[in-house]
Amino acid sequence: MWIDPSQAVARALVTHGHADHARSGHGTVWATPETLAIMALRYGTEMGTPVPYGDGFEANGVKISFHPAGHVLGSAQILLEHAGERVIVTGDYKRRHDPTCAAFEPVACDVLITEATFGLPVFNHPPIEDEIRKLLDTRNAHPDGCVVVGAYALGKAQRVIAELRRAGYDAPVFIHGAMQKMCDLYEAHGVSLGELIPATGLAKGELRGGIVVAPPSALNDRWARRLPEPVTAMASGWMRVRQRARQRNVELPLVISDHADWNELTGTLLELRPSETWITHGRTDALGRWCELHQLKARALDLVGREDEDEG
Amino acid sequence: MQAFAALVDALVYTRSRDAKIRLIADYLRATPDPDRGWALAALAGTLNIATVKASAIRAMAEERFDPLLFRMSRDYVGDTAETVALMWPDQQTAKAPPSVAEIIDLLNATSRARAPSVLAELMDRLDADGRYALLKLATGGMRVGISARLAKTAFAQGFGLSVDDVEEVWHALRPPYAELFAWGEGRAERPNLADSAFFRPFMLAHPLDDGVVDLSEFAAEWKWDGIRIQIAATGTETRLFSRGGDEVTAAFPEIAATFTGIGVVDGELLVRGDVQGGEAASFNALQQRLGRKTVTAAMQAEYPVFVRLYDILFDGAEDMRGLGWTQRRDRLERFAAGLDPARFDLSALIEARDFDHLAELRGAAREAAIEGVMLKRRDAPYLAGRKVGLWYKWKREPLVADCVMMYAQRGSGKRSSYYSDYTFGCWGEDGTLLPVGKAYSGFSDTELKWLDRFVRTNTVARFGPVREVEKTLVLEVAFDAVHESKRHKSGIAMRFPRISRLRRDKPAEEADKVATLKAMIG
Ligand SMILES: [Zn+2]
Ligand SMILES: [Zn+2]
Repeated sequence: MWIDPSQAVARALVTHGHADHARSGHGTVWATPETLAIMALRYGTEMGTPVPYGDGFEANGVKISFHPAGHVLGSAQILLEHAGERVIVTGDYKRRHDPTCAAFEPVACDVLITEATFGLPVFNHPPIEDEIRKLLDTRNAHPDGCVVVGAYALGKAQRVIAELRRAGYDAPVFIHGAMQKMCDLYEAHGVSLGELIPATGLAKGELRGGIVVAPPSALNDRWARRLPEPVTAMASGWMRVRQRARQRNVELPLVISDHADWNELTGTLLELRPSETWITHGRTDALGRWCELHQLKARALDLVGREDEDEG
Repeated sequence: MQAFAALVDALVYTRSRDAKIRLIADYLRATPDPDRGWALAALAGTLNIATVKASAIRAMAEERFDPLLFRMSRDYVGDTAETVALMWPDQQTAKAPPSVAEIIDLLNATSRARAPSVLAELMDRLDADGRYALLKLATGGMRVGISARLAKTAFAQGFGLSVDDVEEVWHALRPPYAELFAWGEGRAERPNLADSAFFRPFMLAHPLDDGVVDLSEFAAEWKWDGIRIQIAATGTETRLFSRGGDEVTAAFPEIAATFTGIGVVDGELLVRGDVQGGEAASFNALQQRLGRKTVTAAMQAEYPVFVRLYDILFDGAEDMRGLGWTQRRDRLERFAAGLDPARFDLSALIEARDFDHLAELRGAAREAAIEGVMLKRRDAPYLAGRKVGLWYKWKREPLVADCVMMYAQRGSGKRSSYYSDYTFGCWGEDGTLLPVGKAYSGFSDTELKWLDRFVRTNTVARFGPVREVEKTLVLEVAFDAVHESKRHKSGIAMRFPRISRLRRDKPAEEADKVATLKAMIG
């Protein structure tokens, strides 16, 4: 049995629906019902065994259970219990409030297998309210244009829209065609996103003063030419670093991440105090160094095939 | 400070020049004095906080962060100030964020030793963007793609003034520019400039390229290869300025001390020598003095400097700049007559019958200090910057000689695998080759490959990294001038030599003689 295998296998446990964790073609998949729904949407009819949060089952004498990771809809940490030893695999996770998914649940463990996508001390994500404020201010300052927000189609896009609603923005949000189905899926799982209108096919005049959400790859694409005087925004934890934002021609960087930042990563380690930590992907070197300074036993695994640039 | 930090951030992400100007103009209009004045100084590069050096920021980082984590972060971010700003923990302090003025006052009042701790206290009162702006402000390197000119343009647009009018008074004023904003907002007259010696923008020339001018409309004079300089004197103070408007009085105290006139003049700083301009070595000495705060008596004695005058901008308090060149020249000649001839002379006009004659004189000019010819419209006023059709510079054609390759050495950087530095020689009286120069430019990549192969297959001896080659390859070498040199066995040295052509067709015996080069000494 594998967790988030990067190749097709007979029996896979999948933490969440992002492509670098949920590959297609596995024989049998165990995942949360939401993750199975996302995989079905992305890969066609993929069947699996739904495991709701908190529920467990046994395989080869190992007790397996799924717990909320706070990353995207359906994202889970996986707890493995055997002979009194508890191993937790976080998958991708964050500790911040997110109206589109269940909040991270700290699970006591002996071995913690963690991600470290933003595992450098420079990554401290600001409060999302500040970033949403910036987005709304920019939109208000450009009544004749529009703001186009690059956001990953699974998770980030829905979170940005839900946070806009939470901030009181009730105008329709225009979305790129590639996002429609995922937004519908979120709605079907009880995440209300308000009125969404496909941007494709609209006249420039209808988009003026609007907020358009699109996958990052569309920002510098021909697709963006249809937009009226767009201000290019990007919602990603990588936007914290100015040079990274400039490289992508971003005019309005929004530091919004679905991953734990440095303080959340290290804070979680201090909170759970596992006797051993394995770091799967991201800045394994820096988080490993921090563990060394805090006398926590740690090992870098440097799994290949993780980390999607735009997913941050 | 938050408003300034937001401005700095917006400038980082804004690419269009017009949009940058609008951002700055909006900020300057919305922000009170003296914050906006300090901000303007920071953007225009005129803010200098002597107590904070880049090393203070590194010291702060070393004190707080694990060196390994800091290095990993610095490598990722690519900028020390930004790394520190991002790593710095957000503090829950009761103290409000400081204003720009408070920051400047605190840093100016401290010592270099205390600066890191003052800076740290300020960091604790700011968020990440504020910390970034603070560190950039304190070290004076904003790096937001703003030139001084753009900052002044933004000020001018923000307050409905012409940028040339702003430029005119700019150099007489000091940060935080209270008089400037008062003038901009119509609360005061244009700042009164009497009794202060300050910089006026230079008039500059376009290249003539292949153009021809009528000498009845244009005056011709030599273009001297020294350092362009402006002298402004009020009778109570005399100050010297370089091309960009930086004050260089302290670097050339002997000039300031001996200038007895009152007014503003434009000229070229040169070293007195055999050729009235000195050699390459003396030009380097001038360059080195430029940045200095003090110079020794020995330096002044070794390379005696003087100013060759080109133009007059003010005669006493009278503004000459609206007058045509002919009238200004007349006033300049009278003005210069009252100055110490050992330190100040006039740039002579070139008497040429017509343009062809001028071309001939230019071709024959051999002095190392002559860079070419200047052509100035006789009726043109003295205007700031480069204006079309008024002044032209007509650089001298390079001199050329056929030389023989003697030694080769590997280049540096991406050329390190090629033999790309060549020493070449000309024939001496006794029929031996004597080295006359070294060049490592002027050839194409294809030529470089060919030259490299030539060196490798024609090596006759090796001395460490140097290969001596068969003396068969003729190189046509272009250079700006020849001067005497005691360091070389040939007795001469070239200024800016570069390979202009490979003369594979030419037998080595037909290369030039050292005597031919000696005849080119100006
Ligand atoms: Zn993920
Ligand atoms: Zn991931």
